[in-house]
Amino acid sequence: MAADGLDPIAQFEIHKIFELSLGKYDISFTNSSLMMTIGAGLICLFLFMGTSKRSLVPGRLQSMAEISYEFVADMIRSTAGRDGLKFFPFIYALFMFILFANILGLIPFFFTTTSHIIVTFALAMSVMITVLVVGIWKHGFKFLKLFVPEGVPIVILPLVVLLEVISFLSRPFSHGIRLWANMLAGHIMLKLFAGFIIMLFVALSGPLKIAAIAPFIMTTALMPLEILVAFLQAYVFAILTSVYINDALHPGH
Amino acid sequence: MNMYSIIMAASAATSEAVAEHGEHVAEHGSGIFPPLNTSTYASQLFWLFVIFGVLLLLLAKVLLPRLGSILEDRSHRIADDLDTASRMQREAEAAELSYEQSLKDARAKAHNVAETTRASVNAEIEAEMETAELEFTKQMESAEAKIRKTREAALANVDAIAADTAKSLVEKLFAGKITLAAANKAVKASN
Repeated sequence: MAADGLDPIAQFEIHKIFELSLGKYDISFTNSSLMMTIGAGLICLFLFMGTSKRSLVPGRLQSMAEISYEFVADMIRSTAGRDGLKFFPFIYALFMFILFANILGLIPFFFTTTSHIIVTFALAMSVMITVLVVGIWKHGFKFLKLFVPEGVPIVILPLVVLLEVISFLSRPFSHGIRLWANMLAGHIMLKLFAGFIIMLFVALSGPLKIAAIAPFIMTTALMPLEILVAFLQAYVFAILTSVYINDALHPGH
Repeated sequence: MNMYSIIMAASAATSEAVAEHGEHVAEHGSGIFPPLNTSTYASQLFWLFVIFGVLLLLLAKVLLPRLGSILEDRSHRIADDLDTASRMQREAEAAELSYEQSLKDARAKAHNVAETTRASVNAEIEAEMETAELEFTKQMESAEAKIRKTREAALANVDAIAADTAKSLVEKLFAGKITLAAANKAVKASN
């Protein structure tokens, strides 16, 4: 098992904690499920503790909870307008869930749920389905206007419509893969450089062991970058969700 | 050793690790890149659905309304406070205005009082000056009259003395006798 410390891929492996199955499907509770539970639990704890005092002048935790609330609310207001606030809980939940998963994943020995494409793709699909349902429910047939921009010459209109449809359909893929790839690449890099520290230290002898400081510096430099990426990807996911929801609410561009 | 040997050592360690990874994979029975291992998808999707669903429900029904109500309370409180502040400011402005008005009134009143006082004092002075002048003129007139009378009396005495002197002169010079009346007549005529 010594390789576990050095293999940059091993961190993405899913281990069953207890077995469970639903019909022919294996739905065992795994390390991934555990991290999701911890993330969601921490979010609830954060908000619960942050709102327990209900003070007029907020303390540290309440202030953080309020900042997260205002941050997401402002984001929705600026991209989807006031009526986008109906989707505030959904977008807030997405943002916090991804943010906590990304940040928790950076802690050594913690599993990163968002480093699995099935999770990010499922989240992206939930956005896509929300957009489709809301768009068709609110606008019916007029929702298709989303694909027909105004003021386009009739000659190139079919081409534009085709492009719009393709871009619409590719959204959940780009949406999901962007987050997944960022998390995956960041964690592989971190693990790789951290592994190099041990490798160099073990392989070299005597005063040459000092060379291990190079990957150590690299790892130290990567860490804040990865924290930034963790936050940024959650933000990007949330803001794109509100942009897509804006399309569902106001399909006329 | 030089840089080359360091790299050699590192790559040796890496290949060792890769070899061990091979064993490790064999141990787990799947050589698939974990995120693409479809056998874990059902479990991940199921738990994501359950956990994210519960999280969404809790956030939407309990936690976010709680947080939102705190923020709303605060913004109401701030709006109320701002209202009170602006009302107080308006009141202060009104008070200042009325203060200025009363100050202006008082100033005008004081000015008036000063004016009237000055006017009445002036009038008094003038009246007194007038009476004094009148008195002076009267006294001057009476004095003049006295002087005139005295002079007249003196002049009359001069006439009488002249007549007397003339009579005595005539009597002495011409040894004749003239009456005092004739002498008077002569004095008068020579006057």
